[in-house]
Amino acid sequence: MNPPQSMTMRDVFLGRLYAALKEGEKVFIVTDDFGAPTLDKIRSEFKDRFVNVGIAEQNAVNVATGLALEGFTAYAYGIAGFMTMRCYEQIRTNLSMAAQLRPLNVNIVGVGAGFSYDVSGPSHHCLEDITLMRLLPNMEVLSPGDWVTASRFAERSLRVNKPKYIRLDSKPVPQIYAEDAAVNLEDGFHELAQGGGTCVVATGFMMQVARRALAQATGPVGLVDLFSFKPLDGERLFGVLKKYRQIVTVEEGFIHRGGLDALIVGLLAKGGAAIPVRALGVDDRFIYDVGNRSLLHKLAGMDEESILQAIAKANAA
Amino acid sequence: MANESKQTADAALLGRLKEKAAWVWRETLKIHGTAPETRVASSLSPVEILTTLYYGNVLRFDPRNPQWEGRDRFIASKGHGCVSIYPILADVGFIGREELAGVCKAGSRLGGIPDANIPGIETTNGSLGHGLGVACGMALALKQKRSDAFVYVVVGDGELCEGSVWEAVMFAGQQGLNNLVLIADCNGVAMLDYCRNIINLDPLDRKLREFQWDAVTVDGHDIAAVYQALTNCRRAGATRPQAIVARTIKGRGVPQLENNALCHVKTLNQEQVAAAIGGQR
Repeated sequence: MNPPQSMTMRDVFLGRLYAALKEGEKVFIVTDDFGAPTLDKIRSEFKDRFVNVGIAEQNAVNVATGLALEGFTAYAYGIAGFMTMRCYEQIRTNLSMAAQLRPLNVNIVGVGAGFSYDVSGPSHHCLEDITLMRLLPNMEVLSPGDWVTASRFAERSLRVNKPKYIRLDSKPVPQIYAEDAAVNLEDGFHELAQGGGTCVVATGFMMQVARRALAQATGPVGLVDLFSFKPLDGERLFGVLKKYRQIVTVEEGFIHRGGLDALIVGLLAKGGAAIPVRALGVDDRFIYDVGNRSLLHKLAGMDEESILQAIAKANAA
Repeated sequence: MANESKQTADAALLGRLKEKAAWVWRETLKIHGTAPETRVASSLSPVEILTTLYYGNVLRFDPRNPQWEGRDRFIASKGHGCVSIYPILADVGFIGREELAGVCKAGSRLGGIPDANIPGIETTNGSLGHGLGVACGMALALKQKRSDAFVYVVVGDGELCEGSVWEAVMFAGQQGLNNLVLIADCNGVAMLDYCRNIINLDPLDRKLREFQWDAVTVDGHDIAAVYQALTNCRRAGATRPQAIVARTIKGRGVPQLENNALCHVKTLNQEQVAAAIGGQR
C-alpha cells in the first residue's frame, strides 16, 4: 500500500453519492441543516435532489421515509447523536417496522460518532448510538474505522435496499485498508492481526487508537475491526475469538449497556466459550471535562496506555 | 343544460355518498360490537371524510393492484381512529368482506389499528405525528417523478400537539407541496379532555395559512361540504399544500359517546351497539 492517506469519512461517503447522482441514480439527500464541502457541490448541482428540512430531525427521517417508499434511495444526513436520538421513534416506526413489510432504502448518516466533537461537550458526544440502533430489527448498523470502509459502505448504501445507520467520524482519519483490500462486508468484521493470548476487538475511531496502541505492544496481540454490527457473521467471528484466552473490547460508547462489549459477551456465551472480556469505554457517566479526544479517552480509561494495560493485565491473568 | 345535468349528477353522487356514509357508520359500530378493543368514538368522527375520499371519485386507487404507481397515496395518521376504513377497504375490494368479522381476532390481519400489512394501507400507524412528514416525502418524490398523483393524510386534532406535525407543516408550506392534502378530523376531544382545555389550536385554518397552506374549515359531517372541499384541493393553479379543517363530533350518532370528554376510551357492549344502530342517527 502507498503511504496511508488521511481523509474524512464524510467527504469520501458524500463523494460517492455525488458520483451516483452524476450517474443518474435515484438518490435524495435530506439534511437537518448540517453541511460538508461535498454537500455544497451536491446542493448546487442537484438542487432537486437535495432538501434541507431545517433543524428538524424527526421530519428529516419522515421525509426520507416518504421518498424511499416512492422508490428513491434516501439519506438523512446530520450529527450522529441528534440523527439517532432526537428521532429514535421515527426510525423505529417508519424504518425498522416498515422495512419488515417492504423494501425501504433509507440511510441514516450520522457524523460525529463517539467523541468526534470532543470539546463540544456531552450534548455532542455520541455514546449511545450503537446500543440503540442494534436494538432495532431490520436495520443495518455500520461503524467504519477508516475512510476506505466508509467508502465501501457508501457503495453498499446504494445497492442494499434496507434501512441503515452509518456512523461516521467527523475528523480526517488515516486509512487502515488499501483501497483494493479484500474485505467482506457481510462478515461484519476483519481480522487484522493474529497471535498471543489476547485479542482486541474495536469499532469505529477506536480502531485507529487500538492500532496505535498495538504498535507499541511487546508481543503479538490479535486485532479485530468490527465495522458492522448488522450484518455480522457471528459464527465466523466466534471461530476467530475462541482461539484466545482473553478479549479486550474498545468502543467510544457506554460499556455494559448493549454495545460492542455486550455483542462479544453474547457471542462467546452462545458459543459456550468461557473467555473473559475486558470492556474499555465510558462507564455510566457523561464527560463534562473539556479537552481534546485523547484527553477524553484518558479520562474514560480507553486511551492507548489503557489499552496496553488491559492487554498486560489480561495476559498476566 | 350542461350545468343542469352536472348538478343532477352531483346531487345523485351526494345522495349515494350519504347512503354509503350511513353504511360505513353502521359497519364501524358492528365491528366494535365484536371487537371492543377498537376506538369506536374516534372512528366515527371521520366517517364522512373517508366515505367521500373513497366513493366520491376523489382518491384514485386500484384494489387489484394496491401498489399501482398511478394511485393517490392515503395515510391514516390517526390510525386508532380509522377503524371505519375497514368496511370501505372490504367494500371496494382491497380485503375480503368476511374479514370484517375477524377484526382483532387471532389470525386476522385487521388489528385495532390499520397497518401496512393490509392492502391499501401505506404506513405503519398508531404512533401519532408521523403521517404528515412521511406524506411530505411522498409528495416531494411524486413531484420529482412528474406524477400527477396526490397524497392525502387524515390526522386527529389531539395528534396536532405532536411537534413533528408542525415540522412537517412548515416544510410542506416552504416546499409548496400542492399535491398534498391534509384533512384534520377535529372532533375536539383528546383522551383525557377537550382539546381546547389541553392545547387550544383554534383557529387552526388561520395557523395553517400563516405557514403557507391553503386552508378551509368545513362541517366534517356535511357530505356536500366535505366533497366540495376535497374536490377543490385538486383545482388547477393551486400552488400551496391544501388543508381541510373538518369540524366533527367524536362518537357521532351514539348518545353515550357524543359530548363526552372521556369518550375516547369508552366501549359499547353488544346491546348498546344494537341500540345505536337501531336508533335514529
